[in-house]
Amino acid sequence: MADVKVPAQRHAFARPLSPHLQIYRWSWTMAMSIFHRVTGVALYLGTALVVWWLVALATGPSAYETARWAMTSLVGRLILFGYTWAVFHHMLGGLRHFVWDFGAAFERGPRMALAKATLAGSLALTVITWVVGYAVR
Amino acid sequence: MSIKPSMRTPLSRVRGLGSAHAGTDHFWLQRVTALSNVPLVLVFIGVVIAAGGRDYEAARAIVSHPAIAICLLLLVVSVCVHMRLGLQIVIEDYVHGHGAKFAATIANTFFAFAVGAALGFAVLKISFGA
Ligand code: HEM
Repeated sequence: MADVKVPAQRHAFARPLSPHLQIYRWSWTMAMSIFHRVTGVALYLGTALVVWWLVALATGPSAYETARWAMTSLVGRLILFGYTWAVFHHMLGGLRHFVWDFGAAFERGPRMALAKATLAGSLALTVITWVVGYAVR
Repeated sequence: MSIKPSMRTPLSRVRGLGSAHAGTDHFWLQRVTALSNVPLVLVFIGVVIAAGGRDYEAARAIVSHPAIAICLLLLVVSVCVHMRLGLQIVIEDYVHGHGAKFAATIANTFFAFAVGAALGFAVLKISFGA
């Protein structure tokens, strides 16, 4: 972005300010928008776990055993459960963006329905994935 | 279509770029990689269900299957491009200091490439069995 010249005494101007997040009344669409960003950043950081798993698998049996031990521990499973939810939530949130990109579902009804479906869908897909994961063991 | 009088050259109009010399590439690449992420992430979840928690040999056999390894390599490229673009937006929204923004943007690029190189190398090494 281009630079904006800020005057030395910037407080000399009483410009209107955008209120902070906690001022707004929570709404579904706002919450899901924030969730999309938070899950995106969580997925970003979580790629470190994927790196750990695959690099360990490439390194050798003992490195792999350490990674497997950590990731199948209770804490590990909880983190992976959260990561599963993050990926499904972000994926459905992304699909929601595609719907908007085609100019659809901006009206109040569809907008709210999509926002709720994103959360419900991500929770459902997460549970289904883990049920399947345990079932095939 | 009638063309209104304009100071812009026909070439500049075709390119659709303004004075920033950049257009919608960032947005577009974010969407394209979002789209490719969907099937690739689903494959990855399947791989984790199949291989996660298995012993070393079994996990290697699954990851090194050509069809799976190729999908994983595509996933690495798609996700690393996507997450770098995505985090850049987040940085631009929240990090305002000139130096801090500069540093964070570069750190973001380094992280994305490091993750990409590590994962790509790991998948290839597992596949070629060295
Ligand atoms: C699974 C399929 C995925 C889809 C469909 C998807 C879709 C999207 C879309 C459409 C955006 C842009 C949102 C906007 O313009 O406000 C976005 C942002 C982002 N994505 Fe993804 N994504 C996926 C997977 C991932 C993965 C695996 C990661 C990280 C490893 C990731 C990290 C991010 C980040 C950091 C952002 C920026 C968040 C923001 O600006 O609020 N995404 N994603």
